[in-house]
Formats: sequence, structure tokens, C-alpha cells
Amino acid sequence: MSQDPVIEARSLNLTFATNDGPVHALSDVNLTINKGDFVSFIGPSGCGKTTFLRALAALEEPTSGTILVNGQTPDQARQKRAYGYVFQHAGLYPWRTIAGNIKLPLEIMGYSKSEQLRRTDEVLRLVELEDFSKKFPWQLSGGMQQRASIARALAFDAELLLMDEPFGALDEIVRDHLNEQLLELWKRTNKTICFVTHSIPEAVFLSTKIVVMSPRPGRITDVIESSLSVDRPLEIRDSTEFIEIAQRVREGLRAGHGSE
Amino acid sequence: MRRSFLPIIVVIAGLLAIWYAAVVPMNIKMALTAAERIGIAVTPVGAKERRDRSAMRLVVQNTFAIKDTFALERPRLPAPHQVATELWNSTINKKITSKRSLVFHGWITLSSTLLGFAIGTGLGILLAIGIVYNRAMDMSVMPWAIASQTIPILAIAPMIIVVFNSVGLQGIVPKAIISAYLSFFPVVVGMVKGLRSPDQMHLDLLKTYNASSLEGFWKLRLPSSMPFLFASLKIGIAASLVGAIVGELPTGAVRGLGARLLSGSYYGQTIQIWSALLAAALLAASLVALIGLLQRLTLNRMGMS
Repeated sequence: MSQDPVIEARSLNLTFATNDGPVHALSDVNLTINKGDFVSFIGPSGCGKTTFLRALAALEEPTSGTILVNGQTPDQARQKRAYGYVFQHAGLYPWRTIAGNIKLPLEIMGYSKSEQLRRTDEVLRLVELEDFSKKFPWQLSGGMQQRASIARALAFDAELLLMDEPFGALDEIVRDHLNEQLLELWKRTNKTICFVTHSIPEAVFLSTKIVVMSPRPGRITDVIESSLSVDRPLEIRDSTEFIEIAQRVREGLRAGHGSE
Repeated sequence: MRRSFLPIIVVIAGLLAIWYAAVVPMNIKMALTAAERIGIAVTPVGAKERRDRSAMRLVVQNTFAIKDTFALERPRLPAPHQVATELWNSTINKKITSKRSLVFHGWITLSSTLLGFAIGTGLGILLAIGIVYNRAMDMSVMPWAIASQTIPILAIAPMIIVVFNSVGLQGIVPKAIISAYLSFFPVVVGMVKGLRSPDQMHLDLLKTYNASSLEGFWKLRLPSSMPFLFASLKIGIAASLVGAIVGELPTGAVRGLGARLLSGSYYGQTIQIWSALLAAALLAASLVALIGLLQRLTLNRMGMS
């Protein structure tokens, strides 16, 4: 893995003005993410993990500090279409078929018709939905919809994938399966992935780097470099190494809560 | 289908029964006067005597006259079959070029309805786009749109006709303007809601693609407003028809369903009035059904029904 930083955050602060006074969603966040990293952000609700992702995507404006994506501001990176964003809910457009949904970014980014078709076929194969291209979203299960939304984010050449609790609403079995597929996909494409989750096993299973966050104010309490090998069968979750890392994550989360 | 037909038939039969039952007391005095005139004995004798009697009592005292109440030439309330016969005679049995054909008059009204509906829908959509995309319009247009609908259309319709007449516009255009005046409002309200219906996630998604607001309109806001648009169009087309008919009333127009209503009331031709009313209702129902069909086809293609 090369060591080019894809994301650099320096003393990042982000405060929301609400009716109940200011909310410190992010407080003095420093983080470097390298190319090809799979980074999980884990922490309780309100710890700012989603806000950090949205700040990376230029969907939120930081109050102070700097954040660079590929050495540019998030907004420049957005305009260069440097990242694909996967939301908590699949967010497919109900009036478009699965293929139509995947074509949406390609249409906007001005790919030719034939290129749109080629890429749509390719990513549909990648997420194993090639037989469902002509179906409408409501005809698919929640897990399949989420796979389609991942395919949509993969369809254009963004090196960076931002995923905001994409599997949060799915059941355990579907989730395990999608985790395996996602890991497979990451290894094959060598993309950099930022992944927000609530689940400790999910974070440990997927990540090369785990960022533990805690709320009020939202901040980073621990950054864990995973020592697990890149090849991870599901059974790895029973290994001592896995359990030790999970333990450290749990302690980090507990420490964050203790300071309240 | 059979399960849905039965309730409809029961309701229609019920309505017809109430209608027939109402015809007897409504027309009994006229029927008795007519009978007396041709020498039949009625109780009590003399129209003056009967004037203040209750209609129900007269019916009971003169049961022989019940059948006559269904066959008067200018009844106070025509019987359903009289209206149906008139409707049949003035549509199927008349050349459609005849001044007495309801198809002819219906077509006059329909053409200004459709023109007004098109103008109103277009205007409504444009205003809604302006309201959604322009803050100044958002703050200013809606109160005016609401104010416009609080003015009784009967009060403003003659003004519109007169003003347009003075600039040389006659015929269907002024009537269409009145139709548009009534039909743009539901379209504005529905489309503003529809264009604002996409949730934040769908909007954020387009932002991550760095999509222009034009693309946001065509690829997100417009498609997601379709169910709202069709609901508005159904209200709008019925309002358009009302507008066109109202537009025919104050001018003493000689053509159109409104003119038919007006001349019917001048000459006490109640059967003519009722058949014109029924024709207008049938026309409105078919127009709404047509929009419903368009809605089904469109939303089906969009996978949204």
C-alpha cells in the first residue's frame, strides 16, 4: 500500500447552530487517510462520524481548520467528482429502474451512451445484480437496493468511496454477506473507503484503520491500525487477534463515554 | 369488476328513487292546474285554494294526478326520464351542427375548457417553478394566488369578458382566460409541493455528482412531482369546465352549455336546464377520468403506481 494521503484533516472544527444553542459536532479532529485504506468510523450517535463524512463530501462546511481531499478542498474535489457517496438508505430514485439509477451519475457526468451501458453492466455484475437491471427499486429487497446504491457509487471512476452506515438497516445475515462482498470489491478495485458504522464487529472485520469517536463534543478518541491480514474470511472473527482489536475498540468507546 | 359495479348500481338506483319521489310533490300543483283546465275534477277546486295547501296533502287527495307530475312540459322539477329523453334527443338525435344539439354546445364549452386548462396548467407550472427556485417569488406569489381565488368568479367573469372585448378579443379566448384563472391555482399549489417533495438525501446525492440545478430539475424534482401534478390536474380540469360555463353566462352567449343553461332559464325550460347540467357533469366526469387514465399510464411507466 502506498503512503499518499488521500484525506488530511487538521484541527477541524464544525459547529451547528441550533435552537438549543451551538452543537459541537466536530472538535479538533486530526486525521490522515492514505490511498487504499479502508477506514471505519465508529462511535455512538452524535459523535460526528457522519458529519465528518459529510464534511469530506462538501455537504457540510467546517467552522474552522482545514480538510483536504486529494490535496484540494472538499468542494473542489466534489466538482472533480472525486468521490462516490453511499447513504444510509439506498436512496434510489423510485421512477428509475436499477440500471436507470446506476446511469444517473453517468448521465450527469456526460458519459456516452455506449459507455453508460458498458459501465452499468460492469458494476451490476460486480454487485451480482445483473439479472435485476430492468426492475424498479421497490421490486428488490433492502439488501439488493443497498447493493444497487453501491454499484451506483462505483459506476464512475471515483477513487474514494464514502459510505454512511450503508448496512445499518439490514439484518445480520444480509449484512455479513454484504461485508464479505464489500471487502472483495475493495481488494479488487483498490479504492480508498471511508465507512461509518455502529457495529464493532463490522468495523474490525472490514478496516485497515479504525477511528473511534465520542460525542459532545464530537472528537476522535483512538485510531487503531488493524494488524489483520487483507485476506479475511468471516471465520477470522473468532480469532484472538480479531477479538483483541474489538476489545480495544470497545475500550475506546467506553473511555469516550466516561468523560461525559 | 362485478364487485365494484353492484354498489355503484345500488347508489344510482337510490338516487333515482329519491329524485322520482321528489318530483311528485314538487309538480303536483302544476299538474292539478293543468288537469282542472281540461275539465277533470280535483280537490280542492281552484288554484287559489290549493296555493297554500301542503303539497303532500294534495298528492294524497288527488292520487290520480301522480302520473301527470312526471309528464309536464315545464315542470318545476323534471323527472329523470324526461331529462334522459331530452339529453338523448339533443345529442344522438340531432345533427351536431344544429343549434339545439348539446354536442354542438358541449364542443363550444369543451374547446374553451381545454384551451383554458392548457393555459392554466402552463401558468401554474411556471409559477410553481418560480416559487421553488426564486426566493423573491416564494415570498410574494402565493399570497396573490390565494387572493385571486377568494374573489367570486361570477363577479370577475363579466369584467374579464368586457375588458377582452374592448381590445377586440371575443369567442373562446376570454372564456378560456376565466378557465385558466380557476385552474392555475390547484396546479401551483400541487406543483410547489411536488417540486419540493424530494428528500434531502436525493438532493445531496445530486450534489455529490456536482449536478447543475437544471439537471436537478429534470432528473429529480420534475419526476418526483408527477403524482402531485396529476392530483392537481384532476381538480384543475373540473374547475376549467366551471370557468368556461360561468364565462358563457354573463355575456348572454348564444353558444355553449352555459348559454344553454341561460336560455333554459329565460324560457322556463327546466328540462333543457337539467339536461345541460347533466351534460356538463358527464363532460367533467369524462375529463377527470381521462386525466386519471393519463395518470395511470404515466405512473405505470415510471414504476410508481
